[in-house]
Amino acid sequence: MTFRRLWAVARKEATQLRRDPRSLALAFALPATLLVLFGYAISLDVRNIDLAVWDQSRSEASRRLVSSFTSSGYFRVVEHLEASADVTTALERGRALLVLTIPPEFEQRLARGDRVPVQILLDGSDANTATIARNYAQAIAGRFASRTGLLLEPRIRIWYNETLDSRNMIVPGLIAVIMSMIAAMLTALTIAREWERGTMEQLAATPVRRSEVVLGKLLPYVGIGVLDVIAAVAAGRLVFDVPLRGSMVLLAALSLIFLVAALSWGIFVSAALKSQLLATQAALLTTYLPALLLSGFIFSIAAMPLVLRLITLAVPARYFVTITRGIFLKDVGLAVLWPETLALVAFAVVAAGLALRSFRKQLA
Amino acid sequence: MTLDWQRILELSRKESVQLLRDVRTRMLIFVAPVIQLLMFGYAVRTDIANTALYVVDRDRTAESRELVDAFLTTGYFTLVGASDRPGDLVGALDAGRAVVGLEIPADFTRAVQSAQPAAVQLLVDGAQSNTATVAQGYAALIVGAYARTHAPGGGVPGGLDLRVRAWFNPTLESRAYNVPGVIALLILLMCLTLTSLAVVREREFGTLDQLMVTPLQPREFLLGKTLPVALVAVVDLAIITLLAVTWFGIPFRAPFLVMVPASLLYILTGIALGLLISTLAQTQQEAFMTMFLFLLPSIILSGFFYPITSMPVVFQWLTLANPVRHYLTVVRAAFLRGEGLAGLWMDVAALGVIGVAMMATALWRLRRAAGSA
Repeated sequence: MTFRRLWAVARKEATQLRRDPRSLALAFALPATLLVLFGYAISLDVRNIDLAVWDQSRSEASRRLVSSFTSSGYFRVVEHLEASADVTTALERGRALLVLTIPPEFEQRLARGDRVPVQILLDGSDANTATIARNYAQAIAGRFASRTGLLLEPRIRIWYNETLDSRNMIVPGLIAVIMSMIAAMLTALTIAREWERGTMEQLAATPVRRSEVVLGKLLPYVGIGVLDVIAAVAAGRLVFDVPLRGSMVLLAALSLIFLVAALSWGIFVSAALKSQLLATQAALLTTYLPALLLSGFIFSIAAMPLVLRLITLAVPARYFVTITRGIFLKDVGLAVLWPETLALVAFAVVAAGLALRSFRKQLA
Repeated sequence: MTLDWQRILELSRKESVQLLRDVRTRMLIFVAPVIQLLMFGYAVRTDIANTALYVVDRDRTAESRELVDAFLTTGYFTLVGASDRPGDLVGALDAGRAVVGLEIPADFTRAVQSAQPAAVQLLVDGAQSNTATVAQGYAALIVGAYARTHAPGGGVPGGLDLRVRAWFNPTLESRAYNVPGVIALLILLMCLTLTSLAVVREREFGTLDQLMVTPLQPREFLLGKTLPVALVAVVDLAIITLLAVTWFGIPFRAPFLVMVPASLLYILTGIALGLLISTLAQTQQEAFMTMFLFLLPSIILSGFFYPITSMPVVFQWLTLANPVRHYLTVVRAAFLRGEGLAGLWMDVAALGVIGVAMMATALWRLRRAAGSA
């Protein structure tokens, strides 16, 4: 392997990239789109849930219960109801997601030491929001009850992300998703394209070796990937105010390993399938979608069934999400992240090996 | 000018042969969606289960073990480790092995039995904020229930008896809500990937010029490209809907009068978007990337992950132009509530408008390309 030939392939690939300014622009526009959408359009915290209250007691205690709902920040009272018929209409018309019904003589019965039934009706048609609202309501009611005469108190402390701001969870994970996506898009087509256009035979006729082709094709894309990572990290830090508590050097080094793994996988897919149509589909299915749905980025891996949890072990983004969250929020280093790092190295080696192998068969 | 159906069918036949002759493509078209539905159907859920719990029990009595059991029997928590040194708990949280840490103080039993105030400490990993939010709520409830039953004198009366009931979806089953979303996503993906490269590939290969010198009209060209993909998408939709109903047990209360037109319009829209992308791009690479540029917002701004009503107003307006949003509304309403055309006609109409507008733009682009070629 000579550096000169490697450099020649890399330069040719870079020139080709430069001549396609629209693809190049897209390589930066896409991560920006994702950051804007995830950063601004959605936040997974559910706040200001619309609450309707039917307070039949109208006492100091019942007002205290209602205000413990509103002061939590999770609920806002949109309506005070007067009759049981109002409860139905409030839910059916979608004016409230949740109706809290406080029975008559709430205060007196509470003082007597009765167990007072308090009813919560939920609109379950958006199961995700409803589940979260239900849990908030239960926690608030639980705390309200525990203040009235119970001695055992749960002291809850949240670490790493004290305000439970979902942006702090999403942005580090998003970096893993962005890199998977960019890697899939950039490299998946490079070799398939050469085959479709017939330039692969020309390349095969030159003295350039397969390792030089693979590495040479990898280099320019690693460059773009690195720029994307830097942009994403900077945006997370400066625009979205996500704390970066750990080592920037470690983040850079591990990102590079992940990038090599993901880009090599793209080259492998491209070389193995030889068709741009197939390669795009395969890249999408094996990198982007698993990174989005099976990496723990949004959906908890622990809650998945066993078979699926085993499948996630083969998703490199899963390890990288743990790494970015660890470095961003927990300020942990290699002493803690070594299993994930080893997994990434293994993925990089296997993917690069596969890329080289699939290439050999064709040139022979 | 009338359409020549023979020419359209001829082109469709050629496209179908091109699409289906390769066994790998056949796998991608018909097997991949099934696998994906199974995987993502299980993955996409927002309720928690098996959250990793680490226990530091410094009391080590029957009472403290009972409290730990109270956590585990709910099914929300799984014990991943126990120790009597608080330092181990920090390590487990740092490494992400545990999400919730429960620390029981040494005087726990004595305090509970002698009616002294006591506190159990709960440490929650906020890095996974959605799990953490739900988990801390459950944890507080469990400790509260324990405290009530173990107070001296056989339990404290009083307190609140919270009765929660959910309407429209009594078990709050999130799968019934999320699987239709996965279906909409997979169908869009199929339509986009199969069509977004369709025109640009002919252009790269130079076969577009050959087609342009035949009597084939641009309209006929688009229709010929559309038909086979539409057929594939309909078959895929039927397969995965059947799977959703039989495997995941999603109730299918949908009247066909709603599902059929909505699905056909949705597929048409997906294909039109793909063709439009294809006419815009110069290379397949560019087409693939442009497809992503459309795909990402259409998933995120569809209400699939996150309720539209909670988005900033600007983004709420944007969702109106998103076909996935309208289809998702129809599919969810039809699956869960069995709602008829009366409540959903606006979404169906919106799908029609978006689809026709996109197809018209694609046609306009293709005419221009044909004119300049």
